[in-house]
Amino acid sequence: MARKISMKQAINEALDQEMARDPSVIVMGEDIVGGAGGDGERDAWGGVLGVTKGLYAKHGDRLLDTPLSESAYIGAAIGAACCGMRPVAELMFVDFMGVCFDQIYNQAAKFRYMFGGKAQTPVVIRAMCGGGFRAAAQHSQMLTPLFTHIPGLKVVCPSTPYDTKGLLIQSIRDNDPVIFLEHKNLYGFEGEVPESSYAIPFGEANVVRDGKTATIATYGLMVHRSLDAAAALAKEGVDVEVIDLRTLSPLDIDTVLESVEKTGRLVCVDEANPRCSIAADVSAQVAQQAFRALKGSIQMVTAPHTPVPFSPVLEDLYIPSAAQIATAVKRTMAH
Amino acid sequence: MASNPFPQSKEQLLQAYRTMRTIREFEERLHIDFGRGDIPGFVHLYAGEEAAGTGIMLHLGPGDRIASTHRGHGHCISKGVDVVAMMKEIYGKKGGACEGKGGSMHIADLDKGMMGANGILGAGAPLVCGAALAAKFRGKGEVAISFVGDGASNQGTFLESLNLAAVWNLPAIFVVENNGYAESTSRDYGVAVDSYVDRAAGFGLPGVTVDGTDFFAVHEAAGEIIARARKGGGPALLECKMVRFHGHFEGDAQTYRAPGENEHNRANNDCLKKFSAAVTSAGVISAAELQAIDHDVLGLIESAVVAAKAAPLPTQADLLTDVYVKY
Repeated sequence: MARKISMKQAINEALDQEMARDPSVIVMGEDIVGGAGGDGERDAWGGVLGVTKGLYAKHGDRLLDTPLSESAYIGAAIGAACCGMRPVAELMFVDFMGVCFDQIYNQAAKFRYMFGGKAQTPVVIRAMCGGGFRAAAQHSQMLTPLFTHIPGLKVVCPSTPYDTKGLLIQSIRDNDPVIFLEHKNLYGFEGEVPESSYAIPFGEANVVRDGKTATIATYGLMVHRSLDAAAALAKEGVDVEVIDLRTLSPLDIDTVLESVEKTGRLVCVDEANPRCSIAADVSAQVAQQAFRALKGSIQMVTAPHTPVPFSPVLEDLYIPSAAQIATAVKRTMAH
Repeated sequence: MASNPFPQSKEQLLQAYRTMRTIREFEERLHIDFGRGDIPGFVHLYAGEEAAGTGIMLHLGPGDRIASTHRGHGHCISKGVDVVAMMKEIYGKKGGACEGKGGSMHIADLDKGMMGANGILGAGAPLVCGAALAAKFRGKGEVAISFVGDGASNQGTFLESLNLAAVWNLPAIFVVENNGYAESTSRDYGVAVDSYVDRAAGFGLPGVTVDGTDFFAVHEAAGEIIARARKGGGPALLECKMVRFHGHFEGDAQTYRAPGENEHNRANNDCLKKFSAAVTSAGVISAAELQAIDHDVLGLIESAVVAAKAAPLPTQADLLTDVYVKY
């Protein structure tokens, strides 16, 4: 079987292989090479957490360090995408999206429709998301629902190195704008990843654990917390199915519906804030389309309706835990 | 006919006049038809500003990109977008430049290098940095031009783009169409520096100010800037001081203007009148030749309106298409 690498290495490998395959792929962002214009080392950082380290040596000026100027360079990535390039722009933290959001939701997302189907914008915007880094309110959010709300955007949030590589390659080859969200607390998570290049299609959820009693639908870091909860519940004889949504737009609701038809119970787990979240969306769709299959009320486990707190004790309370998820499964079974 | 004292060939001058006249008639016709209630939504007219778009775009080919503003009809026409397709778009019809899904503020034709009018002020500037970056990678000497009004020249996107274009040495040109008003607010109220040349200098790029109602001044200044950018000389800013014959949008009562201001501008600052006087007094183009173009253009605009009114409406099936390439 394949060697094990981290999610961070999987991202680097996907970028490397796509840059080697297609000369129109360029990568830009703040400090993605690092050391530009200084007297010290070039490729000093390779991204703020070293994700793009080493790519500069192989691909040179197709990696562009940008000024700290998100509106300009995210917009430039989008403009270049309209002119024959396939840019991958790194936004560092998804929390910075507010600085450049107009370029994403009023420009990139709308070009194809607004221009009567005559435009395509093959841009990927990569950003770190999620909590647990003790990085506080402006560097720890998920914000996934902001993007799934916007027609024209595709939204990806993988949970494993294997999915990360395959979905990032698909994102680069895709002809629509893609928001690619990388949970920063999974960067070190290792898993088996083939060395060869491969793409995972969008809109295909992954059943990561089979079960008969209840369904958990989730994504990102919460896949792992949900698997922990399922393992704990298995010891109590509760057999939980866990679905990793993988892409949030398009959303593979059919796989969730099939599972709920089988189990009759649904828990939606989402690290985002609760209102209008992915959990709320999946809950609503299942309630609408599989009401007769449900044996108990749908449960949601999400972050609270608060900003992300700094103090580690508070942040640990903020991020949904395996114990909370297990409790929610039991709650949906109490009916 | 006398020998031609202008740096442009007679063919170029005829083309420039035809373009400016087409924009003028297109806009004045919209003014009438909008007032009659024929056109949905709202429109922003470029009448009075024709010399700027025309003088700049004469230097461009289809591989050169532009990003326009909410006041985009003149940029579209001078970049070669089909006038009939534009009119259909403004009427919200199928067969419009954007199949009726964009409207006046979003007309685009990427095959012609027109990256779109834009309803978000200043939003085109970062896109143009990207187009210029793509041109730099292609290495064929293409350029990209961002248009903003004096109002949008205060947007962060615009100012950040000046810096990005300078630090990446992009073949990007930033044209400030200074018509004196950001919607209803005076340019001098909203911009603290007197000269855009100073603002450009603050970002490390050269700036030039020209009389935007003088086709010859615009064409010459734009030519130098564009030629330099094509050779790798980097970005520049071009300010065109100009006048807007109509309001910010159609229906604007324009009470913010001084009494008689519009009449004064039409009498003294009409770029078409200035152009006609220059070429006829030099004996390069006759009044009859200009009148023949006027006649052609009136026919073209009339046929565009007839075609737009006759074009089919979008159907319910069109509502859901073309959100994604594939979903």
